[in-house]
Amino acid sequence: MAESSGKNGAEKQLVELETVAIRFAGDSGDGMQLTGDRFTNAAAVAGNDLSTFPDFPAEIRAPVGTLAGVSGFQINFSSRDIHTPGDAVDVLVAMNPAALKTSIGDLKSGGIIIANVDNFGQKNLAKAGYESNPLEDEEFKSNYDVHEVKITSMTRQALEDMELQSNLADRCKNFFALGLMYWMYSRPLEPTREWIEEKFGKRPEFVQANTRALEAGYFFGENTEVFTSNYIVREATYPAGKYRNISGNVALAYGFIAATKKMGINLFWGAYPITPASDVLHELSRHKNFGVQTFQAEDEIAAVSAALGASFTGSLGVTCSSGPGIALKAEAMGLGVMTELPMVIANIQRGGPSTGLPTKTEQADLLQVMFGRNSESPLPVVAAATPGDCFWTAIEASRLAVKYMTPVVILSDGYLANGSEPWLLPKAADIPEMPVTFRTEPEGFLPYLRDPETMARPWAIPGTPGLEHRIGGIEKEDRTGNVNYEPENHEFMVRTRDAKIAGIAKDIPPAKVIGEASGKVLVIGWGGTFGAITAAIEALQARGASVSQVHLRHLNPFPANLEEVLGNFEKILVPELNLGQLSKMLRYQYLVDTISFNKIQGKPFKVGELITKIEELL
Amino acid sequence: MSTTTAKNGGGLGLTRKDFQSDQVVRWCPGCGDYAILAQMQKVLPTLEIPREKFVFVSGIGCAARFPYYMDTFGFHTIHGRAPAFATGVKVSNPDLSVWVISGDGDALSIGGNHLIHSMRRNVGVKIILFNNRVYGLTKGQYSPTSLLGSRTKSTPIGSVDYPLHPLTLALGAECSFVARTTDRDQKHMAAMFEEMANHEGTSLLEVLQNCIVFNDGAWHKFTEKGMKEQNVMYLEDGQPLVYGPEDARKGISLDDYKVRIVEADSPDVTVHRVDDEAGGYAHILSRVELEGGPVPLGVLRKVERPPFEGLMVDQVAEAQAKGEGDIDALLNSGDTWEHH
Repeated sequence: MAESSGKNGAEKQLVELETVAIRFAGDSGDGMQLTGDRFTNAAAVAGNDLSTFPDFPAEIRAPVGTLAGVSGFQINFSSRDIHTPGDAVDVLVAMNPAALKTSIGDLKSGGIIIANVDNFGQKNLAKAGYESNPLEDEEFKSNYDVHEVKITSMTRQALEDMELQSNLADRCKNFFALGLMYWMYSRPLEPTREWIEEKFGKRPEFVQANTRALEAGYFFGENTEVFTSNYIVREATYPAGKYRNISGNVALAYGFIAATKKMGINLFWGAYPITPASDVLHELSRHKNFGVQTFQAEDEIAAVSAALGASFTGSLGVTCSSGPGIALKAEAMGLGVMTELPMVIANIQRGGPSTGLPTKTEQADLLQVMFGRNSESPLPVVAAATPGDCFWTAIEASRLAVKYMTPVVILSDGYLANGSEPWLLPKAADIPEMPVTFRTEPEGFLPYLRDPETMARPWAIPGTPGLEHRIGGIEKEDRTGNVNYEPENHEFMVRTRDAKIAGIAKDIPPAKVIGEASGKVLVIGWGGTFGAITAAIEALQARGASVSQVHLRHLNPFPANLEEVLGNFEKILVPELNLGQLSKMLRYQYLVDTISFNKIQGKPFKVGELITKIEELL
Repeated sequence: MSTTTAKNGGGLGLTRKDFQSDQVVRWCPGCGDYAILAQMQKVLPTLEIPREKFVFVSGIGCAARFPYYMDTFGFHTIHGRAPAFATGVKVSNPDLSVWVISGDGDALSIGGNHLIHSMRRNVGVKIILFNNRVYGLTKGQYSPTSLLGSRTKSTPIGSVDYPLHPLTLALGAECSFVARTTDRDQKHMAAMFEEMANHEGTSLLEVLQNCIVFNDGAWHKFTEKGMKEQNVMYLEDGQPLVYGPEDARKGISLDDYKVRIVEADSPDVTVHRVDDEAGGYAHILSRVELEGGPVPLGVLRKVERPPFEGLMVDQVAEAQAKGEGDIDALLNSGDTWEHH
């Protein structure tokens, strides 16, 4: 469908599209994350379904113009239900040659390039490793729809009379690019104008400069004859209701706030800054009115230790980190297992081992959190599937921690943490009540006397008269909790701690099969791969393929019906962003011949990769 | 509170027995730890604090078994991390009287970081550092306070590490209460415990404690009759720095940042004051024995600073005064839209 739009000049075609993926790419200092964020907001408000993928370097300001310094933000928006940021992009906004070079492989053949030619001088081309300017290469030009736009100089022109220093004017060029994209995808400017006003209100010259740059980009698209069409992506048909766009890290923070509010206890957040987990600390530190205490500790060990101390005292202690930090916390997590105190350990996974790829995603810490402690040290593990699901998974982790008096690990990853999606806002009333009862009755109190159903010991907090008792890391006698080194007691306690965690299987929902309950291929995944796997399965199911999907939230213990579910399929495919960690766990627990499909590039799965792999098995 | 009622456990009727747990104390016979435990069990009932408000937190080491023997709330944690656990406890409930029991290995070696940071934050925890200049529980290796040349299991031909001076370190970390006592001086130890109990903010007490098995006599110079008189200087706020037997009293002058031993009645004798905000005086005082002077026992520094937990709780209270958190309001914050 096309309709004529255009004013003040050239007649333009308005073309309706179903789905568009755009990547904004530039130097780390070019403001690409902010640009992407604003475009995302505009798409969300327009009612599109969307998924985003910010991808930035570990260095704050890598040398300007280098490949290492490229920061990208990809958004996929659609008038239908989508699950991923898109395998390839339709439009690439490249602020310099390095941005072009790192992203060109992800641009669809014939895709649109908006290149800021002001930055395509010899020096920048050389920094990106180009011997000649690709924009002048005939073959390159024939493969793509290349638009050379003087973004920097046109931004300067638009701000000429403001007498700004040129570096300040240049910092507005991302708004020019944003304005151009708004025109191209028929988005109103008003919400961004208001946002600029709110954000930079204290500096009127910034408000004016950024607004002008935004408008200049928009009018450039509208008036120039270079662009013959612009596009519209209509509202998607997802369930009605009130939405907001949410990232995994914000959803995680909200989840813990909601959980502790429903429990009627305080949230104590012990953390040490680490990528990509720090944003959760930042978010929580803004919500002290919920009784949240945020403690930026001297190190990862102090963060988890203070959290466990807080749990001992009746708060819900939570510590949040990424793999390297989790490694440091291992001993204290073991103490949590031994002392049977509630605590949640959030691991926002990133590429590893060691420092690895701090800003890139991976899901290779599953075995670390399962087994990365000395001796037999079982604890429940849950994983979030989407950014919004971080909210619900945080609530589930908190519920298990308190009900079973145990540390619980929640796994997220860099992709979920920074990625975002429209989120149907729950109501506080939708969240189950989880009242906490501390032990107060001294009569018959023993620190390790267990609840017959959950096997949890009582939560008896300091300050309660008559309940004075000692706990610690040394093996203890059943019921009394007194230090005990007897061989039989130790075996009994090891088995008891194990049985308590295994028993949680009775208290979690069964694994849900999406698609036929039996058939040729079952694709089983966990964590942030949910979107890509779901998109692949939907595409294949639409073609009538015999393929079903299970996505696990509970990784320890597994849902009680999982073995039965696995038995109903000829082949079990386990796609993971690691070398097959869930696959190993399924194999040893169920003796099932799983097929691993692995990718370890710091990047999420592409839907196409999964479809190809599944097709091989059909 | 009169002395008589204090001895009877104040108005709460608590006695020493109320603080003794049913666990058999398993330190070596003759260990200095027994005396510290006994004094603690004597002092706590006099403080008019209900028993359930006491929490003893420890790390790893011989001293770290202490909480098991106290009939209070207790948390025997992991090596070196007790100050961090105690921080979580205190912040969660500032009303508790939180004591950290640690040793020279636990506090100064593996746990040095947590010790420093709890002191500079001024977390209201009371840290007792049992310093015996050796690793006891692991059977006799040298520790961060062992002297250069110490012959131990892991240094058979002598240690090549220079020792750390715990009180100088504490002062460097801006600890708001810094004191020292010995395991042989019961009355003095009890007085120090009382002062700590009443101090807001971090208090650090170094107890010169004898390890009878692996480092016997390490502190005899400061604890045994016939020697301690010459080698120990008791500190009293507002009183001159004097020490020594009745017939040979000496004074200490710290003028010009130099440690000088002078006659007891010399006008140069420095008058002790605990409220040294700048910390320079306390610093040099902490090094008197290194310069050939006596070892100071008592409170080196005691200053008032708002404790960490109070600041933390105030921030939350201030935020809540502007309106308590509402989940629906939180979820609906930011840019939202209705989808039809």
